[in-house]
Amino acid sequence: MNRHPWLRRARVLAPLALALALPAQAGLLAITNAKLYTVSGGALENATLLIRNDLIEAVGVGLTVPEGAKLIDAGGASITPGLFDAYTHIGLEEISGIDETRDDAGGNPRYSAALDVLDGLNPRSVLIPVNRIEGITQAMSAPTTGEGGPLLAGRGAVINLGQLGPQNFIARAHAAQFVPFGEAAMAQLHGGRPTVLLALREAFEEVRNGGHSGVQRDSLLGALDIEALRPVLNGEQPLVVDAQRAADIRALLKFAEDYGIKLVIHGGAEAHLLARELAEKQVPVILDPTYNLPIHFEALAARADAAAILHRAGVLLAFSAASDMGSHNSRNIRQLAGNAVAYGLPWSAALAAVTLNPAKVYGLDSTIGSLETGKQANFVIWDGDPLEVTSYPKQVYAAGVAIPMSSRQTQLRDRYLKR
Amino acid sequence: MRIHSTQAGALLALLASGLTLVACHKNEAPPAPFPSTYSAPAAPALLITHATILTGTGRKLEDASLLMQDGKIVAVGEEVAPPPQVEVIDARGRWLTPGLIDAHSHLGVYPSPDVWATADGNEMVDPVTPGVWSEHAVWPQDPGFETARAGGITSLLVLPGSGNLIGGRGSVLKNVPSTSYQGMKYPGAPYSLKMACGENPKRVYGKDGNKAPMTRMGNVAGYRAAFAKAKEYLKKEEAGGVEERDLGMETLVGVLKGEILVQNHCYRADEMETMLDVAKEFGFKITTFHHAVEAYKIADRLAEEGVCGALWADWWGFKLEAFDGIRENIAMVDAAVSKDGARGCAIVHSDDPYGIQRLNQEAAKAMAAGRRAGYVIRDEDAIAWITSNPAKAIGIGELTGSLEPGKAADLVLWNGTPFSSYARPDRVYIDGVLRFDRYTPKPVESDFALGLAPPEEQEAGTPLTAPSAAIPSSAAPNAEASPTPAAPPPAAATSPSEPATTEPAAAAASETKP
Repeated sequence: MNRHPWLRRARVLAPLALALALPAQAGLLAITNAKLYTVSGGALENATLLIRNDLIEAVGVGLTVPEGAKLIDAGGASITPGLFDAYTHIGLEEISGIDETRDDAGGNPRYSAALDVLDGLNPRSVLIPVNRIEGITQAMSAPTTGEGGPLLAGRGAVINLGQLGPQNFIARAHAAQFVPFGEAAMAQLHGGRPTVLLALREAFEEVRNGGHSGVQRDSLLGALDIEALRPVLNGEQPLVVDAQRAADIRALLKFAEDYGIKLVIHGGAEAHLLARELAEKQVPVILDPTYNLPIHFEALAARADAAAILHRAGVLLAFSAASDMGSHNSRNIRQLAGNAVAYGLPWSAALAAVTLNPAKVYGLDSTIGSLETGKQANFVIWDGDPLEVTSYPKQVYAAGVAIPMSSRQTQLRDRYLKR
Repeated sequence: MRIHSTQAGALLALLASGLTLVACHKNEAPPAPFPSTYSAPAAPALLITHATILTGTGRKLEDASLLMQDGKIVAVGEEVAPPPQVEVIDARGRWLTPGLIDAHSHLGVYPSPDVWATADGNEMVDPVTPGVWSEHAVWPQDPGFETARAGGITSLLVLPGSGNLIGGRGSVLKNVPSTSYQGMKYPGAPYSLKMACGENPKRVYGKDGNKAPMTRMGNVAGYRAAFAKAKEYLKKEEAGGVEERDLGMETLVGVLKGEILVQNHCYRADEMETMLDVAKEFGFKITTFHHAVEAYKIADRLAEEGVCGALWADWWGFKLEAFDGIRENIAMVDAAVSKDGARGCAIVHSDDPYGIQRLNQEAAKAMAAGRRAGYVIRDEDAIAWITSNPAKAIGIGELTGSLEPGKAADLVLWNGTPFSSYARPDRVYIDGVLRFDRYTPKPVESDFALGLAPPEEQEAGTPLTAPSAAIPSSAAPNAEASPTPAAPPPAAATSPSEPATTEPAAAAASETKP
């Protein structure tokens, strides 16, 4: 029982029938009678999820449960892979308005490509339990690409929110390099978009030429920056660029092609205007599907059905909130997904945009993002439709372990709840 | 000509206090400036039938009808006799609620696009600026008004920002297209005064400007100094001795007289308690604490004092004073009961041009969190958080915010339960006038947004008004053609243990004229 602390909270949970086979075979867990949204292989009714230690051993209908496996009857509940937020600063910021708690900002040099979020990531961040108890098991923790920050902002890492403690906290170091474009970058360089793109080209020329841009006499990048950008130039590490305007995205597609860079668009308010090109060039878009206002001049064509348009064209979509609350409320990405559905995105595509697709963006799809044999056992048992705002996790599992379903917020609640 | 309620109230106050006072004024009081020019276009009588109705007064009616005529609600109930020659909408599978009301918006004063040239919500040159009015900065072409309308918002309070201790007057608007704010201004609605606690004023002035207020001590000294001065001004006014008008003092005197409502941005429990004492000292009432992420810590006191909490469902941590936000805040404020048995006044507000588009979902999250914590919250209770409670808090509770005979025909016809990620308004009526129709594409209404983007694709489905049209349900996901069982509809994805949600059935809608 102790391995399932959620059972102790049964008063607020719909009861799950539980059967224990004795003696339990070490490290073997079978969840039966579940509706499995595998993401990679459709949805399976009345199915079984078999876990051995931290990995998924088998997924299917009518599976033979090995003798001695610990059994949990899901009572028909929905199970999805753990959710993956494609862009946050979780672990790098506590209170947005308190600079002392922020490790996501890269100062103000023009280039800071070597910056490594690993040096600032805090596995004890209060944001982590708040989000993981609502099903977020992975997140990209990225350096900020805000106004006035460096043009090459540094390297982000994918973190495992479900891992309790610093071991295995990092799912993938140096998962991507982050770059602002458009209005935010213009503020840094005190110039227009051509200035920004020129600065990017100069930097990559220098990497290509082994330390000298050939354009300017002095070296622009530090030795560590050059080293950090080599995997980007080799096409091994994606370059995630904040870009909204269609013209900006078009310019970036050309730039990425010139240098053989694996481009990912973050923001993408007007990406729907170039849906076909993005699909052809296999450029993923990290999008907030609720971003529908012309709130910036570079986002005049923003619209609520952008996700549906991009998906129809075949663009790989991952969702992340555009708001300043995106890290604290990463837990709301499934609301974003649900809203994308309300505006025409197929339900399964919406679920993929918060599970398997971000894993693909950061090269982790062989180990996480779907319910498949051999993948890490990160999954969520839901009390309803996983994309519905009124639904909630009954239990979140990370690497096969049922995590404690408590956070500082549930502790505050319990302190003030009258019972 | 309309007399604005503030003016009417002032006249009544003068009359009540004796004709001698009136005689002291050589001239008649001038008419209230900036009067509303809104008038609702004529609307045909309409009967909506077979809807699930949440009245906003704590009632839920199944398979019920609502009749509206001349912009007002005439009847609501399971049996409503249709008058002759009335247009009838068969709303089977749909839900009908009062129009949503946002008690905290900056649409128009912080519009899209968000650039310095449009940032008109904070007069941050002095911490006390009661003389500025948000309406003078409302840009009616803000595209956010129509996206909010598509989300079911029919009225909203547009407030100045929270950079100042006393930020100025806010105005209630009807969410209708107009070339002027006067054309949106809610006739008969009182003004509100925006006040702010905590970090914002002390950051703007103390941290960034090296002047007062630098601390929360300075904040409180600032409110008290302003109201002490207003007391003196009121005395002078009552004695007929005001020689030179002070526009700021006129606003604060309006607060002291109870004609202007106080909307107080305040996060922390301890600061709210302080503000209640400040209000007591000077004899005014705080109508609503806004944001109030710690309201749950003092929910009983708020219920006792009859002060509403206008809250987010889940915002937290963006400032230190927002660190203690919890999902159950709204439910806990709602559940508190005063000694006299009055229930707490909980409001879901947005303060955000995106959040205002789905206030219903924010309420749904708060409702679900409350239920998980053990509170009994019915749909018909939670709808009040975004309709009748905000209506009351911004001073239009007698006019709108619930589906009752005599009230404005401000309503939203939803594609199913509003408490859902998939909920969308199919139709929005304001004073009985159809102002949004999901299946009847219209050119963009904001002049600014005109021509900026390719037109939205028409949504799959046919207009509600077409005879025998199939109801396009929210479940566009259902239509997915990928091989099963990859994508079951959301309704099918719910577990058996979950309470049945009402997904709009693919029933047929028809319009008939008996």
